[in-house]
This record gives sequence, C-alpha cells and structure tokens, in this order.
Amino acid sequence: MSPGGWLAAAPAAEVVLAPTGASVVSAVVVGVLFATGVFLLLQRALTRVLIGLTLLTHGANLLLLLAGGRAGAPPFVKDDGSVPAGVADPLPQAMALTAIVISFAVSALLLALAYRSYALTGDDVVQDDVEDARISQVTLGGGEPAGAVADEQAGAPERAETGVGRSDPADPGQDDEPGGRT
Amino acid sequence: MSAMADVARALPPGLLLSLPIVLPLLGAAASMLLRRRTAQRVIGIGVLVVLLVDGLLLLARVDADGPLAVQAGDWAAPWGITLVADRFSALLLPVSVVVLLVVLVYALGQGTAESGGSTADQRLVRVVFHPAYLVLACGVCFAFLTGDLFNLFVAFEVMLTASYVLITLGTGPRGVRSAMTYVVVSLLASALFVATVGLVYAATGTVNLADLRGALGELPDGVRLSLSLLLLVVFGIKAALFPLYFWLPDSYPVAPAPVTAVFAGLLTKVGVYAVIRTQTLLFPEDTAVMGPVLIVVAGLTLVFGILGAIAQNEIKRVLSFTIVSHIGFMVMGLGFFTLAGVAGAVLYVVHHIVIQTTLFCVEGLVERLAGTGEMDRISGLAHRSPLIAALFALPALSLAGIPPFSGFVAKLALLQAGSSVGSWVIVGVAVATSLLTLYAMATVWGSAFWGRPTTPVEDPDPGDTLDVGVRVVPATMTAATAAVVVVGLAIPLAAGPLYALCARAAADLLSAEPYVTAVLGG
Repeated sequence: MSPGGWLAAAPAAEVVLAPTGASVVSAVVVGVLFATGVFLLLQRALTRVLIGLTLLTHGANLLLLLAGGRAGAPPFVKDDGSVPAGVADPLPQAMALTAIVISFAVSALLLALAYRSYALTGDDVVQDDVEDARISQVTLGGGEPAGAVADEQAGAPERAETGVGRSDPADPGQDDEPGGRT
Repeated sequence: MSAMADVARALPPGLLLSLPIVLPLLGAAASMLLRRRTAQRVIGIGVLVVLLVDGLLLLARVDADGPLAVQAGDWAAPWGITLVADRFSALLLPVSVVVLLVVLVYALGQGTAESGGSTADQRLVRVVFHPAYLVLACGVCFAFLTGDLFNLFVAFEVMLTASYVLITLGTGPRGVRSAMTYVVVSLLASALFVATVGLVYAATGTVNLADLRGALGELPDGVRLSLSLLLLVVFGIKAALFPLYFWLPDSYPVAPAPVTAVFAGLLTKVGVYAVIRTQTLLFPEDTAVMGPVLIVVAGLTLVFGILGAIAQNEIKRVLSFTIVSHIGFMVMGLGFFTLAGVAGAVLYVVHHIVIQTTLFCVEGLVERLAGTGEMDRISGLAHRSPLIAALFALPALSLAGIPPFSGFVAKLALLQAGSSVGSWVIVGVAVATSLLTLYAMATVWGSAFWGRPTTPVEDPDPGDTLDVGVRVVPATMTAATAAVVVVGLAIPLAAGPLYALCARAAADLLSAEPYVTAVLGG
C-alpha cells in the first residue's frame, strides 16, 4: 500500500484535480493523533477523556483534509467556464471546516458537562453505574432475588465498595443519586 | 391519497423537502428569542403540525411519483447538497413527526418543558427545552432527507447536540454521569464517522450517496468491504447494535420521561435508517458477505438485549434493554436482503418508533403515580388507575408481538421473510426473543400493576424540576399517551396498505434505480 495509492482521489469527470498523493508525514500524524486519542479516551478522568476526544476529532479532520490530496492552485473557474489544471479540491476543506466547527461546539459542551460533574461530585472521575453494580452484586452474591427489598438497605455499602470513582470516602452518601432509592 | 398527491404536486418540491429542515431551525431561533411560555408552546406545536402536513404531502407525492430530489442552491448533483425523499424516508418522516408532536404535548403536561418554578435553573430549563426539542426535530428530519454522506454526519450532529442538551437538562449527579457516557460514546462515533467520510472521499472522490453507489462499485472488494464495515460500526453505535449497545441502557433511563420517550422512539431508529440506507444503496455487491454478518449481529442483539431486560428492576431500564433487543429485528430483516425482509424491517421501524415511545410515555405516568419506577417498590397500580394499566397493557402486548397488535404484524412479516429464505436459526431466536419480551412485560405488569396497592413513594428530589409521586397525573399527559396508543392501534388496522407501502419502499431500496435517477438525473 504505497502512500498515494489508496488515498488517491479518483478525479471526477470534468474537473482536473491536482496530482494527488498524501504525504507520509500527515498520514503518520493522523495515526499518532488517533492512537493518543484512543489511549486518553480509555482513562477514567473526564478531562483526559475530553482531551482524547479532541485529539481524535483532530485526527479525523486531518484525515478529511488528506482525502482531498495535495494542495494546488486556488479552485477558481475561468471566465469561459473551464477549470484550470492543478487546482486544489475545495470539497474536503469545506467538510473539514464544518467538522471543526461542530467538534468545537461539542467540546465546549463537554467541558461544561465535565465542570458540572466536578461541581456535583467533587471529582471528574467517571462513577460506576449504580444499577449495574447492584445487579452484578446480586448475581454474584448468589441467590438473592433481584427485586428483594433487602437490597435497598444493602445498596449504599455495595455502592461504596464498587464505586471506583470515590474521591471522598468520608462522605459516602455524596454520590447517591437523587432520583430514587432513599 | 391521490388528492393529497395532487396538492403536493402543486407545491414546489424544494418547499416540500426543505421545510422539515428549515422550519424547526427557524422555530427554535424564534422560541429562543421570544422566551414567553405561550409563544414557545404555539411555536413548538405549530411547527410540528406544519411538519406533519408537509410529511404527509411528501409521502403522498413520493408514493405516487417515485423519489423526489432537489439540489440546494442549484449546484449540480455530485458537488452540491442534495435533499432527496424516497418512499422509505418519506414514510418515516410523518411517523417521526407524529411521535415528536405527541411527546411535546406530553412534556407540556408533565412540566418538563416548562416547570413553574422560579429558580434560575428552572427558568433555564423552561427557556432551553423548546428550542432544543425543535433542533432535535430538525436533525431527525435532516437525517431522513439528506442525500449525501457528509450531510448525514451533519444531521446526526444536529440531532445529537440537541439530545445532549435535552438529556442533561436539570439533572443531578446521576444524570450528569450517565449523560457523560452518552455524550462521549456519541462523540466517539462521530469522530469515527468523520474519519469514514474522509476515507470514502479518498477512495471515490464523492460523498453523494447516489453517486457513491456507482463509484464504490468500482473499488476493489477489500476496500469496499472495509468501508462498509466502518459505516456499519458507526451507525451500529448510534443504533445500539450488539456489541455497541452498552451506552444505551446506562444513559436513557435517567433522563426525564418525555426526553427518554422521544430518544427511544427516534434516535436509535435514525441509526437503523442509516444502516438500511447505506447497506442497500451503497454496497449492493457485498450483500453476500454482509447478509450473514448482519444476521449474526441481529441475533446477538436480540438475545443480549432481552436477557438484559429480564435482569432489571427499574421499568425504564427494562424498556431501554427492549429497545436494544428489538433493534435486532430490524437488522435481521435487512440481513435477508430480500424484498420481504427489507419490507418487514421498514414496517418494524414504523411499529417500533410508535410502540417504544408509547411505553416510555406510560412509564412516565407510572412514575408520576407511584413516585418511582422500581418494580419492587410499586404494586397494585391497576387498582388506582385502570386507565393507565390499560394504556400500558396494549403497547406491551404489541411489543411482545401478540396478535392483533402492530408488533404481531411486523414480526409476522419478518418471520415469513426469514422462513422463506430458510434462515431457521434466526427465526427461532426471534421467536424466543418475542416470548422473552412477553415475559419481561408480564413481569412489569405483575409487579407494578397487580397486587395490593401501595402508597406512592414521595418525591425523592423535591428540588429538581420534576414532581414525581404527586398522585395526580395531569390529563394532558394521559391524553397524549392515549393518543399515541391509538396511533399504535391504527397500525394493525391499516396493516394491508401499510405493508404494501413498505414493500414498495423495500423494492425502491433494493433496486435503488429510482433513487439514483432522481438525484443524478437521466
């Protein structure tokens, strides 16, 4: 798979595009961005997840840009309507711009959410899912019916055991969700 | 129908196709600026009613004349932005708008949309809900109508960004936690989607779906198959296919009932729509490979989803797992790649949008009445409100596929399709899943509706924007739920014409000629 082989855009019928071919450096950068993005995404702290996602979207945007091939002349149409040879392909650039705007907006939202999580729980580490933890406890504990009311009382300590994201052991009730088991 | 088609022919196609995208966005902007309660209500309901009329006219015209396409800004097809409606998308459009409309009324009744409180948080919820809801409507309609892969990405983003706002509106720590899962997983899928669009463009030099059909066919088998699988993964995350469904039962149950209801009805189904659209339109050469893959994925989705549902204690979580499970039915129908199979899948999408939304609406009523959705803490609701019990029983039986409800019609179509191609294993799995769905629904019924009536649990969090356990269920909520139950009951009544329409839609999907001709001309 030579660089420029699989990434070479097949020119559309009427438009003569620049001789395409991706530079190896850009391809490697995309790879590194994806790899670091995935690594950070697998972390438990929300800020790291956020940075990971940002890197990942950067990688994807760069890939989109690479898909258009090398830079060429500005894609202007001549007076007679013909398209000069060697122009850049403007479409992936437009798409990359759109994708950048979208990822910018969503990153802002994610930051706000991470801050909200920090404000509510005092930590930005992702908590275990309460219900999942409870059900896995029930099945592993053996024989306890899923619907037993006795679980209610056992709920809080179980959660304390399984809640990886506890930051404040002095206040186990803090990460209690408001919507339910009181 | 023909009279409606005549009316639709009199309107410019550009208006019919762009209205579902432009109008909700304008409505959202107006709603955001006006901020007054009455104005927001009128705008929200008005926009959706206009959209419903537009969707029905579009369906009538497309069904009579075949796919309808417009090029935005008059840029020729492979370069410009194409809006296109074929029978499949034109059928899903009005169904989705009906669901959006009913759930909006329900949300008004519940107070999610506009809590009466005066704290800053509650005012914010009131101001933000309507615009976000309309943007969600725009995203859903855009996803159905767009004719190129990149705009499908934009449509998904519009829809998802609105859903991020809705799912986090006025939530506590638990809500933020599960919303985080939802947002991160969706963003990951989006990043993957952008990367896939880039790879598709690199390989073919186009992102127009109709143009891609020819261009992808010229690629080497391996490249085309990898692109096909990448798209399946991207849409599989959105549609909650096995093994990519894990985020759904975590994040849906914590949102307020109307938000969950509309998510359950629409968001995963838009993912299924994208799977069906791309697999049939873009990769006709790969059906021999993708068919078995889809069937296996469908089978695993069916089994894992329903087993998850049985293990749950909270009604919302039971229902969330049944969403996952029943996505398997639609993908199974697609996996046959026969006319009957795809027609069954289309019918199942329609049925599932309506029924799943209904069940979540009823769950909201239950939570309102009993103060909680946990089955071990409520019982005897049938004594306290026979109406709500009936409203639950009808869609629950329909979901399980009991005749004569819509689930039976849709499942029958799929099972017939499966048996006609001799895929007995998946047919067996589907039947077993239906039985287990019945079991899950019966468990909910037995513990929540039968037995000795219990006193309602008090509102666990009086400070948030929702009042639960107030004993009184607003008539608006009940009426909205009853309306969507009636829509669900109308599906089997109109099963003959509806299935015929689905079969025509499936024929369009499988041949793709009318679609490509409408977009690219000649």
